[in-house]
Order: sequence, then C-alpha cells, then structure tokens
Amino acid sequence: MLATTGPGYRVERVEREGGVEALRFAGELRFRECFASWGKVRELARPASPRMEIDLSAVEHLDGAATALLLDLRGELTAAGAQTEIVGAAGPVKALLELYGAHSPRPSRKTPPTRISILDQIGREALAMFGESRVLDFVGDLALAGAQAARRVRMVNWADLTRLMERAGADGVPIVLMLNFLVGLVTAFQAAIQLRQFGANIFVADLVGISVTRELAPLMTAIIVAGRSGAAFSAELGTMRVSEEIDALRTLGLDPYHFLVFPRVIALVLVLPLLTILADVAGIAGGLLVALAGLDLTVNSYLLETQKAVHPWDVSSGVLKTVFFALSIALVACQRGLATRGGAEGVGRATTSAVVTSLFAIVVVDAIFTVVFNALGR
Amino acid sequence: MIAAEHLTIGYGETVILEELDFTVPEGDVFAILGGSGSGKSTLLRNLIGLDEPLGGRVLLDGSPPTQHLGPPRFGVLFQSGALFGSMTLAENVALPLRKWSDLDAKAIDIVVRAKLRLVGLEGFENHLPAELSGGMKKRAGIARALALDPPLLFLDEPSAGLDPVSSVELDELLLTLNRSLAMTTVVVTHELASIFAVAHDCIMVDRDARGIIARGRPLELRDGSPDPRVRAFFNRRPA
Repeated sequence: MLATTGPGYRVERVEREGGVEALRFAGELRFRECFASWGKVRELARPASPRMEIDLSAVEHLDGAATALLLDLRGELTAAGAQTEIVGAAGPVKALLELYGAHSPRPSRKTPPTRISILDQIGREALAMFGESRVLDFVGDLALAGAQAARRVRMVNWADLTRLMERAGADGVPIVLMLNFLVGLVTAFQAAIQLRQFGANIFVADLVGISVTRELAPLMTAIIVAGRSGAAFSAELGTMRVSEEIDALRTLGLDPYHFLVFPRVIALVLVLPLLTILADVAGIAGGLLVALAGLDLTVNSYLLETQKAVHPWDVSSGVLKTVFFALSIALVACQRGLATRGGAEGVGRATTSAVVTSLFAIVVVDAIFTVVFNALGR
Repeated sequence: MIAAEHLTIGYGETVILEELDFTVPEGDVFAILGGSGSGKSTLLRNLIGLDEPLGGRVLLDGSPPTQHLGPPRFGVLFQSGALFGSMTLAENVALPLRKWSDLDAKAIDIVVRAKLRLVGLEGFENHLPAELSGGMKKRAGIARALALDPPLLFLDEPSAGLDPVSSVELDELLLTLNRSLAMTTVVVTHELASIFAVAHDCIMVDRDARGIIARGRPLELRDGSPDPRVRAFFNRRPA
C-alpha cells in the first residue's frame, strides 16, 4: 500500500478484488490545502492500472474547487487508458460531485489568444487603424452628409453650437492662458540666459513674440483642445454609440453627422483660432514677466520691440494653422466616437485613440504648414 | 404590414438566420421569440433598417425600411431606452417634433405633455434620463417613439431589467396603445409573462436551426408545439 498525506487529508493506493486499484481519500478535501500537495496525489495515481476507483467513502468534507481537482484526476486517469470511477461518495460530497459532473466536458468554442510579438502587435494596430475604425466609411458618410448640409443648411443641428463653443472655448480659457503664459515664460527664460551674454537682452522680445505667435501658441492650444474637447467628443459619441443613442437618432430620421458631427466640427473651427489669439497674448505676457524681473527691461521697451518683430503675418499664419488643427481634432474625435464598439472598455479605447491620433494629426499638419510657408518664403 | 421575404441576416460574412419568411398583419402585436444569442435583436435591427440584410428583403407597407433623411415611418424603443442623456424628457420627446413638424414651440409643448401623460410620466418633463428608474426610461422611450404617431412600433426587450410590477405596467401600456391606436407592434422578447400578456402572434427563432422554428399564437405553441425546443422554451425546461 502506498500513501501520501496533505494538510487535513490522506490518500492511500490500495489493491481490491478483481484487479481494481483504488485511491482511497480520507479527511477533509479543501482546495487551499489540497492544491499545494496535489502533485503527490497525481504521482500516487501513476502508473494507472486498467481499472481504477477514486474512493471517497471516508471523505468528511469536499469543496467546489477540490471537486474540480478530483474530476480532473479522473479525466487524467481515463485519458491514460484506465477505466476510472468515483465511488463511495455520500451526502453533501455526492451532491457536489453530481453538481460539478452534471455537464460533460466540451472543448472550448474559441481557441485562447496566442502570444504575438511586439512587431506583430504594431502591425496589427496599424491595420486596425484603417480597418476596425472604419475610417473610409466615415469619410464617405461625411462627404455625403456634407453635400446634403451644403444644400440645406438647416439640416445641421445649430441649436447645440453655442453650448459646444462654450464648453470647448470659454471653459478652456483658464488652462489655455495659464499654459501659454508658462510657455512664454520658459521660452524667455531660456533665451535670456544666452542673449544676456551678448548684451542682447532686448531680443528676448523678438524671440518670444515670433516663436509664440507662429508656433508655440497654436501648437500648445491645439494640444490642450485635443486633450479636453477631442477626448470629450470621442467619449460622448462613444457612449452614445454603445447605449444605442446613435441608432435611436437614425430611427428618428436624424443623421448623426448633421446632428452630432458638424456642430462639433464647426464649434472647434470657430473656437480654436480665438483661443490661439488669447494664447498669443498670454505667451507674450509670460516673456514680459521674465524681461521685467530678470533682464532690466521696461514694459514699453519690451512691447515696442515685440511690435517691431511680430508682423501681422506671424499672427495670422499661426491662427490659420489652427483652423486645420481644429478640423483634425474634431473629425478624428467624432470618427473614433462613432466607430466605438463594446462597452465601457470600448469607450476608453476610442477616447485614448482619439487623443493620440489628434496629436499625431496636429504635428503632421503643423509640419506641412511649415514646409509650405517656407517654400512660399514666409 | 410588415413582410420579411427570404431574409438572411448576420454580420460580416457570418450568417445568423437565413431564409426567413413572415408577415405581420396590421394592428397585431407580434412577438419575436428566442433564447439569448438567437439573433432576434439582429432581426429587429434588419426590420428597422439599421442593418442591411445579407439576403432577401424587408418591406414596411410595401417599401424597404432603409434609414433615410425623412420623417420616420415607425417608432422604436431600444433595450436601454436610448434616451439622449443631455436632454430632459420633454426635449427627448420634442426632438422628432421639432425636426419633422411645423408646430410652433407652444404646440410642441402641448404634444409633449400629452405623450408623457399617455405613458404616465406627466410631471417629469424637466427630469434628465439619469434621474429616472429603468421602467420610467422605457416609458419615456415609448413616448418619444410615439411622438410622430407612427403606424408601426418596434420594441427591443421592453421588459429586460425591469422589476415584475414595472414589467406588468409596461405590458398594460402596450396593450392599451395597441387597442386605442390600432398600432402594429413588433416586440422582441424572451419574457414569457410578457409574451402571453401582449402577443397576438409570434415566431420563434433558433440560432442552431438558423431560422424560424415555430409560428403561431403563444398559448397554442406552449400547449401544442411538436418541437421539443419550443416546448422547452415555453415550459422553462432545458431541451
């Protein structure tokens, strides 16, 4: 007779009449205690004889997970060619075995996901950008809806425009001012360290004025708007999508593009340039603070130098870019929102994707404008 | 009248149900039954034109239901109610009226109050959907679906997630609407009590069979269907 023990239970392998060998369990079979020593039980069961019994007549307690281990052991012995039966179970132990053994095992309907390499993952995500997100569907639907709206402007849901402009614009003013003020301040500070060595303090105004109006303010403002409004649009439309509100709109005869997408696009196109002009002022004010505090410049001299350095084109080229930034942010966010699948996780994924793609689009648009302006000699 | 002719539905290249043929007579409450995952909600989406059939066609009073820019020809109650969360109940119900009628604001307000009274929600005009119980949201969804007095009403699992009392109240509302307005109503459900309470006629779909496995009056199917799957469904026993 061979035997093994675990905390609270004991297993013996005994020979019985007719060439049957039994694994006789005794004591309390609780998963937490059994699991650690279950390897020894499996070793005890090997090699399997042609007829095996798992005898539970002396088992006083059995829990659900330990039942699974017993059934798995029976399956393992059967697979090894042994005709295996569970015998001797009574009362609650028998009831539990019947409960867990009621359904015959079936293979999984879906194979588990395979591990894939990082490169494979990157490739799949790139394909998914165009496939699962249905970008082409969106572009086609947008073009169609745009043509309809151009013929009948009343189709667009103008009623929401003010609310959306307020949320994307007015509510974002404090953070836009604060961040651009700090950007102007940091730029001026970095420039001051270098320019002071040459006695060229006054040129801090030139550097801050031009860099803020042409590049930094439009870019920073677009990034803030992508993070605030782009994420909000995507999450809002995504939630509407998964809660069937978009379907409800369609059944009411309302086109989601006219009702939801166009007001958001128009709101951002109107608001982002205005925010950028405020950002220009805040950035220059940041530079002014450094000039006053660290470079012994006066307010008048700084502002006069800024006026000389910054031409209307610098401001208007920056503002012009933001119209295209706004288009990119709003369209990407709405597209990701409308393409949302699944529940809360889908909304989260859509929102993340909307922000990341918007930021990417902003940088690409900015690069295109830089090249074009450069080619035009501006 | 609603008619499905050789209708095959699914998503992508996956066929869920195929070669469905049935008609819904005018004025009937017609139930589409089936277990979870049997494809009955997908069938409803095809009936109302939200999804394109893979084959065959759906006709609502002789023409396809394809969503188009025009006044809706039917009302739909979605499973979750699908009320617009940023709008009050009154604004939800008023939305199709503002879009598709020439009524002025005062007339719209009168109609909205009447529709909300019809579903027992008078006094809740200024509530947001988030402030309502599940049953109230569904009733508000019905009020919105009825805003333009459509001749057809589709409901997806109207009793899902409701307590027994709210569920019975909703069934009574559907019966009242059907009796008073003679509105053809299609209900997708697997709630037995609801089926027996409201449905004049029904079909039962089954995903393994990929089609309709029974058609008839609910009580007749319960008591006399030769199909073990149908008997199992109506008698709440595994097949």
